[in-house]
Amino acid sequence: MARYLEINKKQTKEETWEEPFYLNMGPQHPSTHGVLRLFLELEGETIVNCDPIIGYLHRGVEKLSENLNYNQTIVLSDRLDYIASAANNTVFALAFEKLIGLEVPRRAKLLRTIVCEMARICNHLLWLATHALDIGAMTVFLYCFRDREWLLNIYEKICGARLTHSYVRVGGVRQDFTKEIIEELYRFTEEFPSRIYDYETLIDVNRIWLRRTKGIAVVPAEQAINLGLTGPVLRGSGVPYDVRKFRPYDAYGEVDFIVPTGKNGDTYDRYRVRMEELRQSNRIIRQCLDKLPETEGEPVLAENAPDLLIPEKVKEPKPQPVPKKGVIFRGVDRPIVPSGEAFASIESPKGELAVYVVSSGSNKPWRLRIRTPSFVHISAIPYMAKNHMIADLIAIIGTLDIVLGDSDR
Amino acid sequence: MEGSIEKFIFTLIVAIIILVIALLHVAYLTYAERKIIARMQQRLGPNRVGPRGLLQPIADMLKLLTKEDITPYGVDKPIFYIAPFISLVCAGTGVALIPLWENLILSNINVGLLFILALSSLASYGVILSGWGSNSRYAFLGGLRASAQVISYEIAMSLSLLSVVLMAGSLNLMDIVKAQINSPYKIYLIPQIIAFYVFIISAVAECNRVPFDLPEAETELVAGYFVEYSAMRFAIFYLAEYFGMVIMSALAVTCFLGGWVGPFEVPYVPFFWFLLKLYILLFIYIWVRATLPRYRYDQLMGLGWKVLIPVALINLFLTAFLKLIF
Amino acid sequence: MKELLNRLKEKFSNVILEIQEKDYPTIICKRNGFLDFMEYLRNGEGFKYLIDLTGVDYLNYPQKNFEERFEVVYHLYNLDNKILLRIKVRISENDNWQYSVTYLWKTANWFERECYDMFGINFKGHPNLKRILMPDDWEGHPLRKDYPLYLEEEQEWINYKEFIQKIKTS
Repeated sequence: MARYLEINKKQTKEETWEEPFYLNMGPQHPSTHGVLRLFLELEGETIVNCDPIIGYLHRGVEKLSENLNYNQTIVLSDRLDYIASAANNTVFALAFEKLIGLEVPRRAKLLRTIVCEMARICNHLLWLATHALDIGAMTVFLYCFRDREWLLNIYEKICGARLTHSYVRVGGVRQDFTKEIIEELYRFTEEFPSRIYDYETLIDVNRIWLRRTKGIAVVPAEQAINLGLTGPVLRGSGVPYDVRKFRPYDAYGEVDFIVPTGKNGDTYDRYRVRMEELRQSNRIIRQCLDKLPETEGEPVLAENAPDLLIPEKVKEPKPQPVPKKGVIFRGVDRPIVPSGEAFASIESPKGELAVYVVSSGSNKPWRLRIRTPSFVHISAIPYMAKNHMIADLIAIIGTLDIVLGDSDR
Repeated sequence: MEGSIEKFIFTLIVAIIILVIALLHVAYLTYAERKIIARMQQRLGPNRVGPRGLLQPIADMLKLLTKEDITPYGVDKPIFYIAPFISLVCAGTGVALIPLWENLILSNINVGLLFILALSSLASYGVILSGWGSNSRYAFLGGLRASAQVISYEIAMSLSLLSVVLMAGSLNLMDIVKAQINSPYKIYLIPQIIAFYVFIISAVAECNRVPFDLPEAETELVAGYFVEYSAMRFAIFYLAEYFGMVIMSALAVTCFLGGWVGPFEVPYVPFFWFLLKLYILLFIYIWVRATLPRYRYDQLMGLGWKVLIPVALINLFLTAFLKLIF
Repeated sequence: MKELLNRLKEKFSNVILEIQEKDYPTIICKRNGFLDFMEYLRNGEGFKYLIDLTGVDYLNYPQKNFEERFEVVYHLYNLDNKILLRIKVRISENDNWQYSVTYLWKTANWFERECYDMFGINFKGHPNLKRILMPDDWEGHPLRKDYPLYLEEEQEWINYKEFIQKIKTS
């Protein structure tokens, strides 16, 4: 017994330090919105350190697109931010158009704007749904999905796909809207504001919701810019930076909308900003729809837009030998793209989505860099989550609105 | 001797009947919850197994029974195995003490209320032990949250029930109901509205239900304390949770809503009013779940210690004071 | 815009190699004195927002008119007067390191990690330079032009066998 006590004494003397409590959140976790892994150092329930680890969804889009021609990369872009793929298509198309020097017809610009704003509504609805679900309000989730379903059905009518619609093309869009779609969109825009009001009544007056969101993860404006936060997250901190206003693209120059900003830069303000953006998006769609009859009959694809390059027929359908290095896809080489570089950025629903493309004069990009908002937002999690609780971390992940397909590329 | 054996067998049969009824209630409570929440969320809910999905709970139970029971590597086996049963037994035993009707109570003991409170406190041991024994960090955090939560809400609940005891002058549940019937308002809800409010909130917290479902908090701790459990043990935790809901609602009916009395007597079904009140309370549980977001851990403790316990204490002193005067 | 470029050219004539007019004004810098230049841009000219930081590999680029292999490209933005600047630094293969700008823009932290991961460009002064998208034990830098797209033969994940052994023995 005495000996045991002695050992015990010795151990307690040596182990004066306390081992921190580590928690591995993810990659499989219901509220990390994909395969984000957060390595947490906890003290009780308070986060002392947080280390986000990404790369579980890395598919090498940047490398892949170096071996595909320009129109094919647009299909890849669908898979980045799969919640709002129209925005990704648009930024790719914008960059390539800048490189080629294409002028897009006005009707195509209007259609693109409509599709992008639809993507924004889709994304914000999904964001609201998951954010509310993370905080524990279950009913909002299904209400939002109901309306998102409506939009997805419209998407299906537009281009046949619900999620990965490669609708936007280099030089315009794939095909024109039918009358039916325009009518459906009018119906939607009329109905939608009342739906937003519904959501707000569901959670905006809820005291638990307010306590869970107000004063959580406050980012001052200066720090938000330094961290590279963009989109609603930055605007929630009171910086009215919106690419749609600062460097207008497509038809955003000719429509009228307000850029909502918050004051405190907390989770609640970001929520307010996004709710207001839903209304503004609805307004933009409405204005674009009103302008569509002016451009009736115009083409939706520029005349000198690059064709879809048809792959050579594989002569032997039998087991293929391993392809040579550096050749994934053999297309008809037709240099339509001058050598040079271009940078295009848009206001994607999640933040600033930018593409930097370097061309060598062939039909494939030499280097395609995609700057995605989710990547930057995840890198801000450690700064935001410090000294918050686990429950707040969930709210932070929700409020940043990240998609791991977007961040890992 | 003869009489006692007969009495024993009779009690046993009644016990089995009541247990089966209670289990059916629990099973169909899950069905009701799914259906009601589905309606509130504009969807259909279970509708494939049997007419209107009525056989869904039974199908679920069969499915869970036939699944593989996984014991993860590195768990503390005895604790891991026994924890769900602690939860279930502690939650289920309470059925015996609830007076369904004047002549229908399994064990009419003098300290019924105290016994139920003790059982519900013991039930938290199941949660804590499962959190500890699972050798998982999520489960551990869940267990810690559960212990803190149960301790703080137990106090508020006991204090609110104490004022009822003061008014009735007895810990026997039967006597409490009878005292209510003889009181001027017939039910204690009216004089003890504050206690009722505190009791309902702490009962929701005690059962780990939304908005106080922190120990399991699906979006934070995955499933909290039972994250490592599978098959039947998992089902037992579920059973215990819903049992807890039924018992807490029944206790509220007994202590605040006047048990089996109603505005008029329903022939042949003496406990009609009891069940009706029980169902209304259970509906409130489900309604709350469909509506509210989840509290944060510190906010939850703050609500318990800074609001509910002081309110219950003041109410208790007021009751005692008034009782002393009149 | 022109004023700004002239001002920069005067002030940092020893850093700026060339100013090109492309879709956005492009400044090509030397590595020496680069940090001072960036610091001036951030604090003196108000380029508070670093949109993007990336690398480009120009190995066997057909229209190449410089020697170095890599370029590190910065896109800076001034939120007040809406000017976007592109800054490039050329880095040769044998001497592939660049100054880290993490202490100026926290955004650069992960961008530089990604650049290191994909191109193998070392960033001096970076607080935590390790791989970000690829696994820690990955060999090679995938976005380099000489990175093989197809493996010569089936290769197992390097530590896979050890990993299996470890699990079996534990």
